[in-house]
Amino acid sequence: MVSIEVRRASVEFPIFDAKTRSLKKAVLGTVGRAGGKIGTDARVPVVEALRDITLSLRHGDRVGLIGHNGAGKSTLLRLMSGIYEPTRGTSQIVGKVAPVFDLGVGMDPEISGYENIIIRGLFLGMTRKQMEARTAEIAEFTELGDYLSMPLRTYSTGMRVRLALGVVTSIDPEILLLDEGIGAVDAAFLERARDRLTALVERSGILVFASHSDEFLVQLCTSALWLDRGEIREQGSLGTVLSHYKNPASLTGALQ
Amino acid sequence: MSCTHARRVAPLRRLCRVPARRVSRPQAPRVAATQLISTSATALSCALVPSHLVRDTVTSPEVLQVRAAATRSWSRAFGDLAAGLQQRRLWGHLGLQDIKQGYRRSVIGPFWITISLGVQALGMGLLYAALFDQPIAFFLPYLAVGLIIWQFMSSCINEGAEVFIKNEGLIKHLPAPLSVHVFRLVWRQLLFFAHNALVWVALILIFPRALGWAGLLAIPALVVIVLNGAWVAILIGIISTRYRDIPPVTNSIVTLSFFMTPIVWNYEDLIRKGGPGAHRAQWAELNPFLHFVEILRRPMIGESFEIRHWVVTLAITVVGWAVALVVLRNYRARVSYWV
Repeated sequence: MVSIEVRRASVEFPIFDAKTRSLKKAVLGTVGRAGGKIGTDARVPVVEALRDITLSLRHGDRVGLIGHNGAGKSTLLRLMSGIYEPTRGTSQIVGKVAPVFDLGVGMDPEISGYENIIIRGLFLGMTRKQMEARTAEIAEFTELGDYLSMPLRTYSTGMRVRLALGVVTSIDPEILLLDEGIGAVDAAFLERARDRLTALVERSGILVFASHSDEFLVQLCTSALWLDRGEIREQGSLGTVLSHYKNPASLTGALQ
Repeated sequence: MSCTHARRVAPLRRLCRVPARRVSRPQAPRVAATQLISTSATALSCALVPSHLVRDTVTSPEVLQVRAAATRSWSRAFGDLAAGLQQRRLWGHLGLQDIKQGYRRSVIGPFWITISLGVQALGMGLLYAALFDQPIAFFLPYLAVGLIIWQFMSSCINEGAEVFIKNEGLIKHLPAPLSVHVFRLVWRQLLFFAHNALVWVALILIFPRALGWAGLLAIPALVVIVLNGAWVAILIGIISTRYRDIPPVTNSIVTLSFFMTPIVWNYEDLIRKGGPGAHRAQWAELNPFLHFVEILRRPMIGESFEIRHWVVTLAITVVGWAVALVVLRNYRARVSYWV
Protein backbone atom coordinates (compact mmCIF):
# COMPACT_ATOMS: atom_id res chain seq x y z
CA MET A 1 0.00 0.00 0.00
CA VAL A 2 1.34 3.38 -0.96
CA SER A 3 1.85 5.61 2.05
CA ILE A 4 3.84 8.43 3.53
CA GLU A 5 4.37 8.38 7.28
CA VAL A 6 6.30 11.20 8.85
CA ARG A 7 6.66 11.28 12.60
CA ARG A 8 8.06 14.22 14.55
CA ALA A 9 10.50 14.91 11.75
CA SER A 10 12.71 17.98 11.64
CA VAL A 11 14.94 19.27 8.88
CA GLU A 12 17.68 21.61 10.00
CA PHE A 13 20.12 23.30 7.68
CA PRO A 14 23.52 24.32 8.91
CA ILE A 15 24.50 27.75 7.62
CA PHE A 16 28.24 27.53 7.21
CA ASP A 17 28.90 30.84 5.56
CA ALA A 18 27.21 32.90 8.25
CA LYS A 19 30.24 33.98 10.18
CA THR A 20 29.17 36.88 12.30
CA ARG A 21 27.81 36.29 15.70
CA SER A 22 25.05 38.79 15.15
CA LEU A 23 23.76 36.87 12.19
CA LYS A 24 23.90 33.68 14.16
CA LYS A 25 21.90 35.31 16.88
CA ALA A 26 19.43 36.67 14.39
CA VAL A 27 18.89 33.31 12.75
CA LEU A 28 18.45 31.44 15.99
CA GLY A 29 16.34 34.21 17.43
CA THR A 30 13.65 34.26 14.77
CA VAL A 31 13.59 30.81 13.31
CA GLY A 32 14.91 28.45 15.89
CA ARG A 33 13.94 27.79 19.44
CA ALA A 34 15.97 26.35 22.26
CA GLY A 35 15.44 22.89 20.81
CA GLY A 36 16.98 23.87 17.53
CA LYS A 37 20.50 23.39 18.74
CA ILE A 38 20.19 19.78 19.86
CA GLY A 39 22.40 17.40 17.94
CA THR A 40 24.05 20.07 15.88
CA ASP A 41 27.31 21.86 16.17
CA ALA A 42 26.42 24.84 18.32
CA ARG A 43 29.01 27.04 16.61
CA VAL A 44 27.21 26.72 13.29
CA PRO A 45 23.92 28.59 12.99
CA VAL A 46 21.01 26.38 12.10
CA VAL A 47 17.84 27.10 10.22
CA GLU A 48 15.01 24.83 11.10
CA ALA A 49 13.22 24.50 7.80
CA LEU A 50 10.82 21.93 9.23
CA ARG A 51 10.05 21.31 12.87
CA ASP A 52 8.26 18.41 14.41
CA ILE A 53 6.29 17.42 11.36
CA THR A 54 3.86 14.56 11.82
CA LEU A 55 1.68 13.50 8.96
CA SER A 56 0.28 10.41 7.39
CA LEU A 57 -0.84 10.14 3.78
CA ARG A 58 -2.63 7.20 2.23
CA HIS A 59 -3.61 5.90 -1.16
CA GLY A 60 -5.81 8.38 -3.02
CA ASP A 61 -4.82 11.44 -1.01
CA ARG A 62 -4.41 14.61 -3.04
CA VAL A 63 -2.89 17.15 -0.75
CA GLY A 64 -2.20 20.80 -1.40
CA LEU A 65 0.65 22.38 0.50
CA ILE A 66 -0.01 26.00 1.32
CA GLY A 67 1.96 28.58 3.21
CA HIS A 68 4.01 31.72 2.77
CA ASN A 69 7.34 31.81 0.96
CA GLY A 70 9.85 30.04 3.10
CA ALA A 71 7.23 28.20 5.11
CA GLY A 72 8.91 24.89 4.27
CA LYS A 73 6.75 23.61 1.41
CA SER A 74 9.59 22.68 -0.91
CA THR A 75 11.61 21.25 1.96
CA LEU A 76 8.69 19.05 2.96
CA LEU A 77 8.38 17.82 -0.63
CA ARG A 78 12.07 16.97 -0.60
CA LEU A 79 11.71 15.18 2.69
CA MET A 80 8.91 13.13 1.15
CA SER A 81 11.03 12.31 -1.90
CA GLY A 82 13.93 11.13 0.24
CA ILE A 83 16.33 13.84 -0.88
CA TYR A 84 16.57 15.13 2.67
CA GLU A 85 16.70 12.59 5.43
CA PRO A 86 15.21 14.01 8.63
CA THR A 87 17.69 15.31 11.17
CA ARG A 88 15.30 14.25 13.91
CA GLY A 89 12.25 12.01 13.87
CA THR A 90 11.37 9.45 11.23
CA SER A 91 9.95 9.30 7.77
CA GLN A 92 8.77 6.29 5.87
CA ILE A 93 7.80 6.41 2.26
CA VAL A 94 6.32 3.38 0.56
CA GLY A 95 5.89 3.72 -3.18
CA LYS A 96 7.63 4.84 -6.31
CA VAL A 97 8.27 8.55 -6.01
CA ALA A 98 8.31 10.95 -8.95
CA PRO A 99 9.16 14.54 -8.09
CA VAL A 100 8.66 17.53 -10.36
CA PHE A 101 10.45 20.34 -8.54
CA ASP A 102 12.64 22.38 -10.75
CA LEU A 103 11.85 22.03 -14.39
CA GLY A 104 15.34 22.85 -15.55
CA VAL A 105 17.05 20.17 -13.54
CA GLY A 106 17.82 16.88 -15.17
CA MET A 107 17.12 18.46 -18.53
CA ASP A 108 19.78 19.39 -20.97
CA PRO A 109 18.95 22.49 -23.02
CA GLU A 110 21.23 21.45 -25.87
CA ILE A 111 19.61 18.15 -26.70
CA SER A 112 16.19 17.37 -28.14
CA GLY A 113 12.95 16.93 -26.26
CA TYR A 114 12.98 13.21 -27.08
CA GLU A 115 16.45 12.76 -25.60
CA ASN A 116 15.38 14.71 -22.54
CA ILE A 117 12.38 12.45 -22.09
CA ILE A 118 14.75 9.50 -21.97
CA ILE A 119 17.24 11.09 -19.58
CA ARG A 120 14.50 12.20 -17.22
CA GLY A 121 13.02 8.71 -17.35
CA LEU A 122 16.42 7.20 -16.54
CA PHE A 123 16.60 9.47 -13.50
CA LEU A 124 13.23 8.21 -12.39
CA GLY A 125 14.45 4.63 -12.57
CA MET A 126 13.18 3.62 -16.00
CA THR A 127 15.18 1.98 -18.73
CA ARG A 128 15.89 3.49 -22.13
CA LYS A 129 13.62 0.96 -23.83
CA GLN A 130 10.75 1.61 -21.47
CA MET A 131 11.02 5.32 -22.16
CA GLU A 132 11.25 4.84 -25.91
CA ALA A 133 8.02 2.88 -25.74
CA ARG A 134 6.37 5.82 -24.02
CA THR A 135 7.58 8.68 -26.18
CA ALA A 136 4.63 8.47 -28.56
CA GLU A 137 2.19 8.69 -25.69
CA ILE A 138 4.10 11.59 -24.14
CA ALA A 139 4.22 13.40 -27.48
CA GLU A 140 0.47 13.01 -27.78
CA PHE A 141 -0.27 14.19 -24.24
CA THR A 142 2.08 17.17 -24.31
CA GLU A 143 0.93 18.23 -27.80
CA LEU A 144 4.52 19.23 -28.50
CA GLY A 145 4.58 17.32 -31.79
CA ASP A 146 7.57 18.15 -33.97
CA TYR A 147 9.03 20.33 -31.26
CA LEU A 148 10.19 17.17 -29.51
CA SER A 149 13.01 16.84 -32.01
CA MET A 150 14.15 20.42 -31.37
CA PRO A 151 16.73 21.27 -28.70
CA LEU A 152 15.14 22.03 -25.36
CA ARG A 153 16.54 25.56 -25.31
CA THR A 154 13.97 26.52 -27.94
CA TYR A 155 11.14 25.66 -25.54
CA SER A 156 9.12 28.13 -23.55
CA THR A 157 8.67 27.58 -19.81
CA GLY A 158 5.17 26.26 -20.35
CA MET A 159 6.43 23.76 -22.91
CA ARG A 160 9.04 22.52 -20.47
CA VAL A 161 6.37 22.04 -17.84
CA ARG A 162 4.35 20.04 -20.34
CA LEU A 163 7.32 17.85 -21.08
CA ALA A 164 8.12 17.29 -17.40
CA LEU A 165 4.51 16.47 -16.57
CA GLY A 166 4.28 14.22 -19.60
CA VAL A 167 7.25 12.21 -18.41
CA VAL A 168 6.26 11.82 -14.77
CA THR A 169 2.68 10.92 -15.54
CA SER A 170 3.70 8.41 -18.19
CA ILE A 171 5.86 6.34 -15.87
CA ASP A 172 2.94 5.61 -13.59
CA PRO A 173 4.46 6.80 -10.32
CA GLU A 174 2.76 6.01 -7.07
CA ILE A 175 3.69 9.19 -5.27
CA LEU A 176 3.74 12.35 -7.32
CA LEU A 177 5.28 15.45 -5.78
CA LEU A 178 4.74 18.72 -7.61
CA ASP A 179 6.25 22.06 -6.76
CA GLU A 180 4.66 25.31 -7.83
CA GLY A 181 6.54 25.63 -11.11
CA ILE A 182 3.74 23.97 -13.03
CA GLY A 183 1.75 27.22 -12.91
CA ALA A 184 3.31 28.17 -16.22
CA VAL A 185 1.02 26.04 -18.36
CA ASP A 186 -2.14 27.33 -20.02
CA ALA A 187 -5.61 26.57 -18.74
CA ALA A 188 -6.53 24.12 -21.48
CA PHE A 189 -3.47 22.00 -20.83
CA LEU A 190 -3.97 22.18 -17.10
CA GLU A 191 -7.40 20.69 -17.58
CA ARG A 192 -5.94 17.77 -19.49
CA ALA A 193 -3.19 17.44 -16.92
CA ARG A 194 -5.72 17.45 -14.12
CA ASP A 195 -7.69 14.62 -15.70
CA ARG A 196 -4.53 12.63 -16.12
CA LEU A 197 -3.26 13.38 -12.63
CA THR A 198 -6.61 12.58 -11.06
CA ALA A 199 -6.76 9.28 -12.89
CA LEU A 200 -3.21 8.54 -11.86
CA VAL A 201 -3.85 9.28 -8.20
CA GLU A 202 -7.04 7.25 -8.16
CA ARG A 203 -5.24 4.36 -9.79
CA SER A 204 -2.26 4.15 -7.63
CA GLY A 205 -1.28 6.75 -5.21
CA ILE A 206 -0.68 10.04 -3.59
CA LEU A 207 -0.32 13.54 -4.96
CA VAL A 208 1.29 16.34 -3.00
CA PHE A 209 1.19 19.71 -4.66
CA ALA A 210 2.72 22.93 -3.38
CA SER A 211 1.18 26.06 -4.83
CA HIS A 212 0.19 29.63 -4.21
CA SER A 213 -2.60 29.42 -6.74
CA ASP A 214 -6.03 28.66 -5.27
CA GLU A 215 -7.25 27.83 -8.74
CA PHE A 216 -4.70 25.07 -9.29
CA LEU A 217 -5.12 23.77 -5.77
CA VAL A 218 -8.88 23.47 -6.19
CA GLN A 219 -8.41 21.69 -9.49
CA LEU A 220 -5.87 19.15 -8.29
CA CYS A 221 -6.34 18.63 -4.57
CA THR A 222 -8.99 17.58 -2.12
CA SER A 223 -7.24 18.19 1.18
CA ALA A 224 -4.68 20.69 2.34
CA LEU A 225 -1.82 21.13 4.70
CA TRP A 226 -0.93 24.60 5.91
CA LEU A 227 2.71 25.09 6.76
CA ASP A 228 3.82 28.05 8.79
CA ARG A 229 7.49 28.65 9.61
CA GLY A 230 8.30 25.00 9.27
CA GLU A 231 5.44 23.71 11.36
CA ILE A 232 2.07 22.31 10.42
CA ARG A 233 -0.50 24.96 11.28
CA GLU A 234 -3.56 23.15 10.07
CA GLN A 235 -4.51 20.02 8.20
CA GLY A 236 -7.92 19.28 6.73
CA SER A 237 -10.18 19.67 3.77
CA LEU A 238 -8.94 22.08 1.13
CA GLY A 239 -11.80 24.56 1.48
CA THR A 240 -11.54 24.92 5.25
CA VAL A 241 -7.78 25.22 5.38
CA LEU A 242 -7.69 27.67 2.48
CA SER A 243 -10.24 29.95 4.10
CA HIS A 244 -8.34 29.91 7.39
CA TYR A 245 -5.11 30.58 5.54
CA LYS A 246 -6.64 33.55 3.76
CA ASN A 247 -8.19 34.87 6.93
CA PRO A 248 -6.23 33.72 10.00
CA ALA A 249 -8.60 35.61 12.28
CA SER A 250 -11.37 33.12 11.50
CA LEU A 251 -9.20 30.29 12.79
CA THR A 252 -8.42 31.93 16.10
CA GLY A 253 -12.09 32.82 16.35
CA ALA A 254 -13.11 29.23 15.80
CA LEU A 255 -10.65 27.98 18.40
CA GLN A 256 -11.92 30.38 20.99
CA MET B 1 -6.92 21.80 -34.97
CA SER B 2 -4.85 18.90 -33.71
CA CYS B 3 -5.29 20.28 -30.24
CA THR B 4 -9.09 19.98 -30.14
CA HIS B 5 -8.93 16.62 -31.79
CA ALA B 6 -6.58 15.27 -29.19
CA ARG B 7 -8.73 16.55 -26.39
CA ARG B 8 -11.78 14.85 -27.77
CA VAL B 9 -9.97 11.55 -28.00
CA ALA B 10 -8.36 11.68 -24.60
CA PRO B 11 -11.31 10.57 -22.42
CA LEU B 12 -11.91 7.59 -24.69
CA ARG B 13 -8.30 6.53 -24.41
CA ARG B 14 -8.42 6.86 -20.68
CA LEU B 15 -11.43 4.63 -20.50
CA CYS B 16 -9.63 1.95 -22.45
CA ARG B 17 -6.30 2.25 -20.77
CA VAL B 18 -7.02 2.52 -17.10
CA PRO B 19 -8.43 -0.95 -16.45
CA ALA B 20 -5.72 -2.53 -18.56
CA ARG B 21 -3.00 -1.04 -16.39
CA ARG B 22 -4.76 -2.01 -13.23
CA VAL B 23 -4.68 -5.63 -14.28
CA SER B 24 -1.10 -5.57 -15.45
CA ARG B 25 0.23 -4.32 -12.13
CA PRO B 26 1.73 -7.33 -10.36
CA GLN B 27 0.58 -7.78 -6.82
CA ALA B 28 3.41 -9.87 -5.44
CA PRO B 29 6.02 -7.16 -4.81
CA ARG B 30 3.49 -5.08 -2.98
CA VAL B 31 2.84 -7.87 -0.49
CA ALA B 32 6.54 -8.26 0.02
CA ALA B 33 6.88 -4.58 0.74
CA THR B 34 4.18 -4.57 3.39
CA GLN B 35 5.82 -7.50 5.08
CA LEU B 36 9.07 -5.63 5.17
CA ILE B 37 7.40 -2.77 6.91
CA SER B 38 5.76 -4.94 9.52
CA THR B 39 9.05 -6.61 10.37
CA SER B 40 10.67 -3.24 10.49
CA ALA B 41 8.29 -2.19 13.20
CA THR B 42 10.03 -4.58 15.55
CA ALA B 43 13.50 -3.61 14.49
CA LEU B 44 13.02 0.10 14.20
CA SER B 45 16.66 0.94 14.49
CA CYS B 46 17.61 -0.43 11.13
CA ALA B 47 16.78 1.35 7.94
CA LEU B 48 15.62 -1.65 6.00
CA VAL B 49 15.68 -1.70 2.24
CA PRO B 50 17.97 1.04 1.03
CA SER B 51 15.46 3.02 -0.94
CA HIS B 52 17.28 3.04 -4.21
CA LEU B 53 17.89 -0.68 -4.31
CA VAL B 54 14.43 -1.27 -5.64
CA ARG B 55 14.26 1.75 -7.87
CA ASP B 56 15.10 -0.12 -11.05
CA THR B 57 12.25 -2.56 -10.74
CA VAL B 58 9.62 -0.21 -11.90
CA THR B 59 6.45 -1.98 -10.94
CA SER B 60 7.36 -2.85 -7.39
CA PRO B 61 6.90 -0.13 -4.82
CA GLU B 62 9.86 1.31 -3.05
CA VAL B 63 10.24 1.47 0.65
CA LEU B 64 12.23 4.30 2.05
CA GLN B 65 12.33 4.32 5.78
CA VAL B 66 14.52 6.85 7.44
CA ARG B 67 14.96 7.26 11.11
CA ALA B 68 17.08 10.27 11.95
CA ALA B 69 19.16 8.21 14.36
CA ALA B 70 19.74 5.50 11.77
CA THR B 71 20.84 7.49 8.74
CA ARG B 72 24.46 6.61 9.55
CA SER B 73 24.33 2.94 8.76
CA TRP B 74 26.56 0.62 6.79
CA SER B 75 23.60 -0.88 4.98
CA ARG B 76 22.62 2.52 3.63
CA ALA B 77 26.19 3.34 2.60
CA PHE B 78 26.59 0.06 0.73
CA GLY B 79 23.02 0.42 -0.50
CA ASP B 80 23.98 3.73 -2.06
CA LEU B 81 26.87 2.13 -3.93
CA ALA B 82 24.83 -0.88 -5.01
CA ALA B 83 21.96 1.29 -6.20
CA GLY B 84 24.41 3.50 -8.04
CA LEU B 85 25.85 0.49 -9.84
CA GLN B 86 22.35 -0.64 -10.68
CA GLN B 87 21.62 2.67 -12.33
CA ARG B 88 24.51 2.20 -14.73
CA ARG B 89 22.28 3.05 -17.67
CA LEU B 90 21.77 6.48 -16.19
CA TRP B 91 25.39 7.38 -15.52
CA GLY B 92 26.51 5.54 -18.62
CA HIS B 93 24.26 7.77 -20.66
CA LEU B 94 25.16 10.94 -18.79
CA GLY B 95 28.90 10.30 -19.01
CA LEU B 96 28.66 9.76 -22.75
CA GLN B 97 26.55 12.88 -23.02
CA ASP B 98 29.20 14.85 -21.12
CA ILE B 99 31.77 14.00 -23.77
CA LYS B 100 29.50 14.64 -26.72
CA GLN B 101 28.40 17.90 -25.14
CA GLY B 102 31.90 19.34 -25.25
CA TYR B 103 32.21 18.75 -28.97
CA ARG B 104 28.76 19.56 -30.26
CA ARG B 105 28.75 20.83 -33.83
CA SER B 106 32.46 20.14 -34.20
CA VAL B 107 33.45 18.04 -37.20
CA ILE B 108 36.14 15.94 -35.58
CA GLY B 109 34.17 15.80 -32.32
CA PRO B 110 35.57 13.91 -29.37
CA PHE B 111 38.68 13.04 -31.36
CA TRP B 112 39.95 16.48 -30.45
CA ILE B 113 40.72 14.80 -27.14
CA THR B 114 43.06 12.42 -28.92
CA ILE B 115 44.58 15.11 -31.07
CA SER B 116 45.28 17.51 -28.23
CA LEU B 117 46.99 14.82 -26.19
CA GLY B 118 48.96 13.72 -29.22
CA VAL B 119 50.17 17.26 -29.85
CA GLN B 120 51.05 17.74 -26.20
CA ALA B 121 53.00 14.47 -26.06
CA LEU B 122 54.81 15.22 -29.30
CA GLY B 123 55.78 18.75 -28.33
CA MET B 124 56.90 17.88 -24.83
CA GLY B 125 58.49 14.67 -26.04
CA LEU B 126 60.75 16.37 -28.55
CA LEU B 127 61.83 18.96 -26.01
CA TYR B 128 62.40 16.74 -22.98
CA ALA B 129 64.00 13.92 -24.95
CA ALA B 130 66.69 16.42 -25.93
CA LEU B 131 66.92 17.94 -22.43
CA PHE B 132 67.27 14.60 -20.68
CA ASP B 133 69.25 13.03 -23.48
CA GLN B 134 66.78 10.23 -24.16
CA PRO B 135 66.19 8.30 -27.42
CA ILE B 136 62.97 9.50 -29.05
CA ALA B 137 61.81 5.95 -29.82
CA PHE B 138 61.78 5.17 -26.11
CA PHE B 139 60.87 8.53 -24.71
CA LEU B 140 57.82 9.44 -26.80
CA PRO B 141 55.74 6.38 -25.82
CA TYR B 142 57.04 6.69 -22.24
CA LEU B 143 55.88 10.28 -22.01
CA ALA B 144 52.59 9.80 -23.87
CA VAL B 145 51.51 6.87 -21.69
CA GLY B 146 52.50 8.79 -18.57
CA LEU B 147 50.43 11.76 -19.67
CA ILE B 148 47.41 9.59 -20.46
CA ILE B 149 47.51 7.95 -17.04
CA TRP B 150 48.16 11.24 -15.31
CA GLN B 151 45.21 12.86 -17.04
CA PHE B 152 42.91 10.14 -15.75
CA MET B 153 44.19 10.32 -12.18
CA SER B 154 44.38 14.09 -11.92
CA SER B 155 40.87 14.54 -13.35
CA CYS B 156 39.45 12.03 -10.89
CA ILE B 157 40.94 14.09 -8.06
CA ASN B 158 40.25 17.58 -9.37
CA GLU B 159 36.76 16.89 -10.65
CA GLY B 160 36.13 14.55 -7.72
CA ALA B 161 36.54 17.50 -5.39
CA GLU B 162 33.58 19.14 -7.10
CA VAL B 163 31.56 16.06 -7.97
CA PHE B 164 28.72 16.91 -5.58
CA ILE B 165 29.09 20.69 -5.63
CA LYS B 166 28.73 20.76 -9.43
CA ASN B 167 25.71 18.47 -9.29
CA GLU B 168 23.89 20.53 -6.68
CA GLY B 169 20.85 20.89 -8.91
CA LEU B 170 20.46 17.20 -9.53
CA ILE B 171 21.10 16.27 -5.90
CA LYS B 172 18.51 18.72 -4.61
CA HIS B 173 15.84 17.97 -7.16
CA LEU B 174 15.97 14.32 -8.08
CA PRO B 175 16.35 11.55 -5.55
CA ALA B 176 19.23 9.37 -6.72
CA PRO B 177 22.09 7.59 -4.97
CA LEU B 178 25.13 9.79 -4.44
CA SER B 179 27.37 7.24 -6.08
CA VAL B 180 25.65 7.89 -9.42
CA HIS B 181 27.54 11.18 -9.68
CA VAL B 182 30.83 9.50 -8.80
CA PHE B 183 30.35 6.69 -11.31
CA ARG B 184 29.42 9.20 -13.97
CA LEU B 185 32.66 11.06 -13.32
CA VAL B 186 34.88 7.98 -13.36
CA TRP B 187 33.13 6.63 -16.45
CA ARG B 188 33.61 9.93 -18.25
CA GLN B 189 37.31 9.89 -17.40
CA LEU B 190 37.54 6.33 -18.62
CA LEU B 191 36.06 7.42 -21.94
CA PHE B 192 38.66 10.19 -22.14
CA PHE B 193 41.29 7.58 -21.37
CA ALA B 194 40.04 5.40 -24.22
CA HIS B 195 40.25 8.31 -26.66
CA ASN B 196 43.75 9.16 -25.48
CA ALA B 197 44.84 5.55 -25.70
CA LEU B 198 44.68 5.88 -29.48
CA VAL B 199 47.83 7.98 -29.25
CA TRP B 200 49.51 5.09 -27.46
CA VAL B 201 48.35 2.66 -30.17
CA ALA B 202 49.79 4.93 -32.84
CA LEU B 203 53.11 5.27 -31.04
CA ILE B 204 53.43 1.51 -30.53
CA LEU B 205 52.87 1.08 -34.25
CA ILE B 206 55.45 3.75 -35.13
CA PHE B 207 58.04 2.59 -32.60
CA PRO B 208 57.35 -1.16 -32.43
CA ARG B 209 58.34 -3.00 -29.27
CA ALA B 210 57.51 -6.38 -27.80
CA LEU B 211 54.81 -6.01 -25.16
CA GLY B 212 54.63 -9.73 -24.43
CA TRP B 213 52.23 -11.43 -22.09
CA ALA B 214 53.17 -9.00 -19.34
CA GLY B 215 51.40 -6.39 -21.44
CA LEU B 216 48.13 -7.92 -20.29
CA LEU B 217 48.90 -6.63 -16.80
CA ALA B 218 47.70 -3.29 -18.14
CA ILE B 219 44.13 -4.51 -17.69
CA PRO B 220 44.23 -5.24 -13.94
CA ALA B 221 46.36 -2.11 -13.55
CA LEU B 222 43.65 -0.02 -15.14
CA VAL B 223 41.07 -1.67 -12.89
CA VAL B 224 43.13 -0.72 -9.83
CA ILE B 225 43.45 2.87 -11.01
CA VAL B 226 39.71 3.10 -11.74
CA LEU B 227 38.89 1.71 -8.28
CA ASN B 228 41.11 4.36 -6.75
CA GLY B 229 39.53 7.09 -8.83
CA ALA B 230 36.16 6.12 -7.35
CA TRP B 231 37.15 6.24 -3.70
CA VAL B 232 39.08 9.46 -4.19
CA ALA B 233 36.02 11.11 -5.74
CA ILE B 234 33.74 9.88 -2.94
CA LEU B 235 36.10 10.94 -0.17
CA ILE B 236 37.28 14.29 -1.51
CA GLY B 237 33.85 14.97 -2.96
CA ILE B 238 32.13 14.69 0.41
CA ILE B 239 34.82 16.56 2.34
CA SER B 240 34.96 19.43 -0.12
CA THR B 241 31.18 19.75 -0.16
CA ARG B 242 31.42 20.54 3.54
CA TYR B 243 34.68 22.52 3.44
CA ARG B 244 34.79 24.58 0.30
CA ASP B 245 38.48 25.37 0.73
CA ILE B 246 39.42 21.85 -0.28
CA PRO B 247 39.12 22.06 -4.12
CA PRO B 248 41.82 24.75 -4.52
CA VAL B 249 44.06 22.78 -2.16
CA THR B 250 43.70 19.51 -4.06
CA ASN B 251 44.18 21.43 -7.28
CA SER B 252 47.56 22.78 -6.28
CA ILE B 253 48.65 19.46 -4.81
CA VAL B 254 47.80 17.75 -8.10
CA THR B 255 49.66 20.36 -10.14
CA LEU B 256 52.71 20.02 -7.93
CA SER B 257 52.51 16.23 -8.03
CA PHE B 258 52.68 16.26 -11.80
CA PHE B 259 56.23 17.59 -11.60
CA MET B 260 57.14 15.34 -8.67
CA THR B 261 56.01 12.23 -10.53
CA PRO B 262 58.30 10.76 -13.18
CA ILE B 263 56.23 11.50 -16.25
CA VAL B 264 58.36 13.96 -18.19
CA TRP B 265 61.53 12.66 -16.50
CA ASN B 266 62.72 9.11 -16.13
CA TYR B 267 63.77 8.39 -12.57
CA GLU B 268 65.29 4.99 -13.28
CA ASP B 269 67.51 6.53 -15.90
CA LEU B 270 68.58 9.32 -13.54
CA ILE B 271 69.43 6.75 -10.85
CA ARG B 272 71.45 4.73 -13.35
CA LYS B 273 73.42 7.79 -14.38
CA GLY B 274 74.41 8.47 -10.77
CA GLY B 275 75.50 11.82 -9.39
CA PRO B 276 73.55 14.19 -7.13
CA GLY B 277 70.45 13.84 -9.34
CA ALA B 278 70.34 10.14 -8.64
CA HIS B 279 70.04 10.71 -4.92
CA ARG B 280 67.09 13.02 -5.40
CA ALA B 281 65.43 10.73 -7.91
CA GLN B 282 65.30 7.94 -5.35
CA TRP B 283 62.91 10.00 -3.28
CA ALA B 284 60.35 9.64 -6.05
CA GLU B 285 59.58 6.19 -4.65
CA LEU B 286 57.85 7.90 -1.72
CA ASN B 287 55.37 9.49 -4.10
CA PRO B 288 52.24 7.28 -4.29
CA PHE B 289 51.44 8.62 -7.74
CA LEU B 290 54.63 7.06 -9.06
CA HIS B 291 53.41 3.58 -8.20
CA PHE B 292 50.05 4.11 -9.87
CA VAL B 293 51.71 5.43 -13.00
CA GLU B 294 54.17 2.55 -13.01
CA ILE B 295 51.71 -0.34 -12.67
CA LEU B 296 50.02 0.76 -15.87
CA ARG B 297 52.88 2.37 -17.80
CA ARG B 298 55.30 -0.55 -17.50
CA PRO B 299 53.07 -3.11 -19.26
CA MET B 300 51.98 -0.52 -21.83
CA ILE B 301 55.53 0.21 -22.99
CA GLY B 302 56.88 -3.31 -22.58
CA GLU B 303 58.88 -2.90 -19.39
CA SER B 304 59.38 -5.57 -16.77
CA PHE B 305 56.98 -6.28 -13.92
CA GLU B 306 57.89 -4.80 -10.55
CA ILE B 307 56.04 -6.25 -7.58
CA ARG B 308 56.56 -3.30 -5.22
CA HIS B 309 54.40 -0.97 -7.31
CA TRP B 310 51.55 -3.46 -7.07
CA VAL B 311 51.95 -3.91 -3.34
CA VAL B 312 51.83 -0.17 -2.73
CA THR B 313 48.87 0.51 -5.02
CA LEU B 314 46.81 -2.40 -3.73
CA ALA B 315 47.45 -1.31 -0.15
CA ILE B 316 46.35 2.22 -1.01
CA THR B 317 43.25 0.83 -2.71
CA VAL B 318 42.20 -1.07 0.41
CA VAL B 319 42.95 1.73 2.87
CA GLY B 320 41.43 4.37 0.61
CA TRP B 321 38.19 2.48 0.18
CA ALA B 322 37.97 1.82 3.90
CA VAL B 323 38.29 5.53 4.68
CA ALA B 324 35.91 6.52 1.88
CA LEU B 325 33.31 4.03 3.12
CA VAL B 326 33.48 5.38 6.66
CA VAL B 327 33.00 8.90 5.36
CA LEU B 328 30.19 7.77 3.07
CA ARG B 329 28.48 6.01 5.95
CA ASN B 330 28.68 9.00 8.25
CA TYR B 331 28.04 11.88 5.88
CA ARG B 332 26.10 10.44 2.93
CA ALA B 333 22.81 11.87 4.18
CA ARG B 334 24.42 15.24 4.94
CA VAL B 335 25.57 15.92 1.38
CA SER B 336 22.14 17.09 0.22
CA TYR B 337 22.11 19.51 3.17
CA TRP B 338 25.60 20.80 2.44
CA VAL B 339 25.52 21.35 -1.32
